[in-house]
Amino acid sequence: MLELEGVDVFYGDLQALHGVSLTVEASEIVTLVGGNGAGKTTMLRTVSGLLRPRRGEIRFEGRRLDRLTPDRIVEAGVVQVPEGRRLFPSLTVRENLDLGAYTRRARPARARTLEDVMARFPILRERAGQRAGSLSGGEQQMCVIARALMARPSLLMLDEPSLGLAPMVVQEIFRIIREINGRGVTVLLVEQNVRQALATSRRGYVLETGRIVLSGTGQELLESEQTLKAYLGR
Amino acid sequence: MSASVVLSSLANGVMLGGLYALVALGLTLIFGVMKIINFAHGALMMWAMYASFWLAKLGGVDPYLSLAVTLPVGFAAGYAIQRAVITPVLEAPEHNQLLMTLGLALFLENLALLAFKADPRTLLVSYSQASVSLGPILLSLPRLLAFAGALAVTLLLFLFLKFTDLGKALRAAAEERDGAALVGIPVRRVYAVAFGIGTACVTAAGAMAVPFFYVSPEVGNTLVITAFVVVVLGGMGSFAGALAGGLLVGVVESLGGLFVHGSLAQIGIFALFILVLLFKPSGLLGAPSA
Ligand SMILES: Nc1ncnc2c1ncn2[C@@H]1O[C@H](COP(=O)(O)OP(=O)(O)OP(=O)(O)O)[C@@H](O)[C@H]1O
Ligand SMILES: [Mg+2]
Repeated sequence: MLELEGVDVFYGDLQALHGVSLTVEASEIVTLVGGNGAGKTTMLRTVSGLLRPRRGEIRFEGRRLDRLTPDRIVEAGVVQVPEGRRLFPSLTVRENLDLGAYTRRARPARARTLEDVMARFPILRERAGQRAGSLSGGEQQMCVIARALMARPSLLMLDEPSLGLAPMVVQEIFRIIREINGRGVTVLLVEQNVRQALATSRRGYVLETGRIVLSGTGQELLESEQTLKAYLGR
Repeated sequence: MSASVVLSSLANGVMLGGLYALVALGLTLIFGVMKIINFAHGALMMWAMYASFWLAKLGGVDPYLSLAVTLPVGFAAGYAIQRAVITPVLEAPEHNQLLMTLGLALFLENLALLAFKADPRTLLVSYSQASVSLGPILLSLPRLLAFAGALAVTLLLFLFLKFTDLGKALRAAAEERDGAALVGIPVRRVYAVAFGIGTACVTAAGAMAVPFFYVSPEVGNTLVITAFVVVVLGGMGSFAGALAGGLLVGVVESLGGLFVHGSLAQIGIFALFILVLLFKPSGLLGAPSA
């Protein structure tokens, strides 16, 4: 479904990704793990079109993504829940969700999707008229995930969705991710919460200083925890 | 000095302030969305004034009617300017952006100088000298019309931003550019729309000013400096701030004109400006900077 092939990404002269290749098959959950500064966010931002690869190809359902603008990529069904949430803080929760369905792909079904999403996140229905910036951290994370679902993704990419959340909320987020996947949405998950993420996924990749250094089933990667420890430095 | 003179001056200040507010609104919208200070704002207004002036002079079209043509043209011009010269410097350091809009201002001014010569011109329409009396207050009719027009445009803009998808997208892109891109908002196009609307604001302000204000290639500078003061006074990027700041500046300038002569009247504005910056640097209605 999603294929990266030999992707190089630079920040000025600094190379952040070195020939990254990776595939995500339809309806699986794939996890990308890696320590701080490994290049995980860089990779997701590149897939979303916020960064341009200098070399390599990104294809989604056979179509080249790496020349498209971010809005076209969302239109194609590849949607990201970014690191640091990036809600529109002074807009209401409802407005945030409405904007999630901005594309032509999602707009006609907006009312239906909204009903669906509100049913899944009852807290957002309660908070609909509130400024998004006034939500708690966990609620904000729910809101960004909900906003991404409003775009009717076929591939959902999440960048460290459990970061900074209380353990209870983290469990809830992982439960939601499994549920979304259960409804047929393919998931690419970036996490530092390695154990939980790999346990949730079918397959995983380990990224270290911009290179994929290990890949396998979630189970295999969990069992090679020694290796993982070495790579993640913990 | 009689009470009625002071009251009339106050009221006319409010009227003028409405117009300042509209100019400032365009500026604050562009700044709020793109964090770019548009030094060409005044030059664009000057061109809009000339457009309405010539349409009236040669075509006999009332400046308010000319808006049917100049507003869409103004919007399109702003949209095109954004795409052609602002987009390329969006990622550039701030001073490059300043040079770009400043260069654009100089270009537009010199083009006008070439086309229309430096002489100030005034347009006389049937209501240029007309006034309305409200009890003891004597209001200049063209100013009253401009005030009503400015308020109407402000209200429309507010409704647009509050209730339409495109308006919400604009606010979203202003707050969180990457977040906006990631929900599928075409950020660059939305930026161009913002610049188009900002230009349409000065186009409207220009047409409404023409019946009572002179036109010259430099007129934009005078007006836009006042608009800058308004924007900073009200709080950069704040809509309500632009409105409040505009009215305040109009009143201060008008009352100042009662006591000191000519261009010195503006001294009150700058005094006010400095006071506000000293005691509330984020402007009257601006959020305190983080
Ligand atoms: N805007 C930028 N300009 C220059 N270098 C950057 C920029 N963003 C990231 N980098 C560098 O690129 C490398 C990869 O960063 P990236 O944010 O992708 O890592 P990450 O795996 O997401 O880390 P984290 O777990 O901390 O989120 C790091 O060395 C980082 O310093
Ligand atoms: Mg990251």
